[in-house]
Amino acid sequence: MKKLKILTNGILKENPTFVLVLGMCPTLGVTTSAFNGLGMGVATMFVLILSNMLISLLKNFIPDRVRIPAFIVVIATFVSIVDLLIKGFVPSLGDSLGLFIPLIVVNCIVLGRAEAFASKNGVFDSILDGIGMGVGFTLSLTLIGAVREILGSGAIFGHAFLPASTNILVFVLAPGAFIVLGLLMALIRHIQQPK
Amino acid sequence: MEYILMLIACVFVNNIILSQFLGICPFLGVSNKLGTALGMGVAVIFVMTLATLVTSLIHVYVLVPMGLEFLQTIAFILIIAALVQMVEIILKKSSPSLYQALGIFLPLITTNCAVLGVAIGVTQKFDITAGSYILDSVVYTVCSAIGFAVAICIFAGLREQLELVKVPKAMKGVPIALITAGILAMAFMGFANLVPAN
Repeated sequence: MKKLKILTNGILKENPTFVLVLGMCPTLGVTTSAFNGLGMGVATMFVLILSNMLISLLKNFIPDRVRIPAFIVVIATFVSIVDLLIKGFVPSLGDSLGLFIPLIVVNCIVLGRAEAFASKNGVFDSILDGIGMGVGFTLSLTLIGAVREILGSGAIFGHAFLPASTNILVFVLAPGAFIVLGLLMALIRHIQQPK
Repeated sequence: MEYILMLIACVFVNNIILSQFLGICPFLGVSNKLGTALGMGVAVIFVMTLATLVTSLIHVYVLVPMGLEFLQTIAFILIIAALVQMVEIILKKSSPSLYQALGIFLPLITTNCAVLGVAIGVTQKFDITAGSYILDSVVYTVCSAIGFAVAICIFAGLREQLELVKVPKAMKGVPIALITAGILAMAFMGFANLVPAN
């Protein structure tokens, strides 16, 4: 039961995007389509799970005073691996995510979970936390990407279903990112509010 | 002339926050008051310039000659983290008044994606074999950082006004700030085509 709670914590109660408001740069920057959002989410989830796992294994060996630089090195290593994997196997996704893949290093979610969870809990729990947070992040990014893609280019996952005349271009441009995220966040707060 | 165009392009057309989405966390986090926003802006200009200077030197003279470009992310983030720590120590000793003004922002800057983003961005943007690579990179960074400072100050001014307005409960705080930022970004889109694309 407790394990399940750790897993679902990141998806609903402490959703990194809508509740904790962490990792805003990739959330706004890459979500021009549902597919890009999904790709970014999965890349971040991969880094989150592996860095959580390694940090919780190493937590007794890392001296307390240098823990932040040590965490950053661990995270940066996995980010470089992901970066090279994406460039090698899905170059089109690599082109559209661009700079935001190396920037997973400074995504506050990854360092935040390392510091708040993985450095205090066991390996298995840390992996579960990584999966939960990663899934929560991926779902949020895909949702934002889907909303922007439907409104801005009348398509979902690249399949167009609305005529081009109904497209509202501003939603795939920069201002649309801020406005869609703001409205979705307000909507989720409204739903979660105790009546 | 080229650099003046670059300044206008970085501040208004390709603003680092409003069109490139770098440095959103401090943009939302420390923009409640105009004074703190200005402090953050100055601290970012200072650290970003220094960071890109050092990382581009390392990139040109260490990473590329040794064929270690794949270590770029790790090398750059460590350099930035060490640099921020060093700036903090030096400021504390040499200029306590400046430290008082900027000190609290310095640790926040390590995880500011704008610093790492621009440091990596310039390695892709400019031609490394050109003689002016380092100068171009540093000027571009200064211009981007000024863009950051301008955007965060305008936004802080808007948020100070927002404090006085009645906002629906679910929209309070971050959501209304994001929508305001969206409208601000739309206003900045009006500057597009101000500078011929290069």
